[in-house]
Amino acid sequence: MPQAMTLAEKLVARAAGTETVRSGEVVTCRVDLAMMHDSGGPRRVAPMLATLGAKVWDPDRVVVISDHYVPAVDAESAGILDLTRKWVKGAGVARFHDMQGICHVVLPERGHLRPGLFVVGGDSHSPTGGAFGAYMFGVGATEMCGVLVTGEIWLRVPETIEIRWRGRLGPGVAAKDMILATCARLGMDGGRYQAVQYTGDVIASLPMQERMTLCNMAAELGAQAGLIAPDDVTKAYLLAAGVPEDAIDIAGWQGDADAAPAERHDFDASALPPMVAAPHSPANSAPAADHAGVAVDQAYIGACTGAKLNDLRMAASVLKGRRVAAGTRLLIAPASTRITAEAAADGTLATLTEAGAILLASGCGACAGYGAGILAEGETCIASTARNFKGRMGASSSKVYLGSPYTVAAAAIAGEIRDPREFLA
Amino acid sequence: MTAPLIAGRAWVFGDNIDTDVLAPGLYMKSPIRELASHCLESVDPRFATGVRPGDIVVGGRNFGMGSSREQAVMALRELGVGAVLARSFAGIFYRNALNLGLLALVCPDADKVAPQASLRLDPATAVLTDTSSGTSIACEPLPPHLLAMVADGGLLAHLEKKMKTGAHR
Repeated sequence: MPQAMTLAEKLVARAAGTETVRSGEVVTCRVDLAMMHDSGGPRRVAPMLATLGAKVWDPDRVVVISDHYVPAVDAESAGILDLTRKWVKGAGVARFHDMQGICHVVLPERGHLRPGLFVVGGDSHSPTGGAFGAYMFGVGATEMCGVLVTGEIWLRVPETIEIRWRGRLGPGVAAKDMILATCARLGMDGGRYQAVQYTGDVIASLPMQERMTLCNMAAELGAQAGLIAPDDVTKAYLLAAGVPEDAIDIAGWQGDADAAPAERHDFDASALPPMVAAPHSPANSAPAADHAGVAVDQAYIGACTGAKLNDLRMAASVLKGRRVAAGTRLLIAPASTRITAEAAADGTLATLTEAGAILLASGCGACAGYGAGILAEGETCIASTARNFKGRMGASSSKVYLGSPYTVAAAAIAGEIRDPREFLA
Repeated sequence: MTAPLIAGRAWVFGDNIDTDVLAPGLYMKSPIRELASHCLESVDPRFATGVRPGDIVVGGRNFGMGSSREQAVMALRELGVGAVLARSFAGIFYRNALNLGLLALVCPDADKVAPQASLRLDPATAVLTDTSSGTSIACEPLPPHLLAMVADGGLLAHLEKKMKTGAHR
């Protein structure tokens, strides 16, 4: 009888070209897709490739997405974007998305992901791709250069840490609250650079964009990858994104029923309130009500974590017919230009702007302190982003709280943190 | 290839030192020298100006959590840091450190190192000695092939060697 394998083991075994792998074993994998952005991509790898006199092993397996320094605001950022465009042309990389949105959102949106792929990304939030049943993880630029030259990368076959969510999410409670609660219980290194897999009836009920939020913040658990076994919801998303039906294998990318995870953590969605992470760690999370009354200068809905169409709709459901409080600013940077178009078409954007939201360009923006919307000394922000490390969004004395788009929108209206359910009729 | 001994003072930090304090986003567009001058400033403003070549950074749990930005490693290297020792490392930072030729060793007893202690580290054995007290701490040694890659200066140098022999395919 063949050895039972987890989904993570199956994905790694396929890429390693072997029948079976066991967690802990070190293997070399063939890379199906390498994704880079403007900050850690061509700007960093081009000089390394030049030093080596090497070319990209397979330009058709590379996707480049400019999202960090967009749009250019000074000579440095303009230069980085220009270098990226020129490199892509010279290297023969056809899959290039220039200022179309944030890489982790654009990658699936444009049909580049599917179950079974082994993908490296030059960004720490690369586990987002695991929401589609792909094994995707983040690497630094030097390691990316190694992939570009050889088409291979080594890794230690991960153990699987199962995060099982059962019950039912209440109104005004979202995937962001689930992952903040998970960070609080497991801590910022609870993922131990292994594979986190989300399971349970709650996961099955979530749309893809919410699943992406969970896998995205597997990074905040310190996991290498965040996985969700693909199902019909996955398939419907991918078909809509233009992936051919015969390229979508759902049944083949399920963990074996008798492959036990190394750890399992059970959570009850029915008892989960809206959560808020206080400065300076996502693990510093507690019910939003515990932070009620904390005044905010800025509310920010943005980033790969918290500005997908679903996220904008959550914010709109709170903001509809209301106004942003005097003395508070609400900045919204939709995660992709396609999302902006969709939100314009369904009326979501109008709801946001009528409430007084200021729309920003699609990109990583203020989340990592690169773009528009950074904070002054002593300011307080609540954001739908993934990280609230000290100084990340600007001045080192600024404070960032994290919450769901519902919670961020509620804070924008109230001028202070509140439980968003107060605003949902 | 034998790695030379590393000698310097200890700069001791706590748990969860993140990549944003190592390489702040505000300065990510800047040349590495400028970026490095802000390394760790929000947790210890004296570090970037006070650190000397060979000094050893000692962290707690989950050192280097957060971003995949290699500048977090490059900033430490630019400042001349000889090695980073921590009770545990975040996965991407750990790989980045070794790939860029910065010695990163898991050291379960890292919390026993006193700030500014005079240290000597043998990369091959991973034995850390406090030169004033003479006491030693055992860190976890790297496997020889990774130690060799670090001694070569990282993955790029390693690839250069491999490409010269045509062994990269």
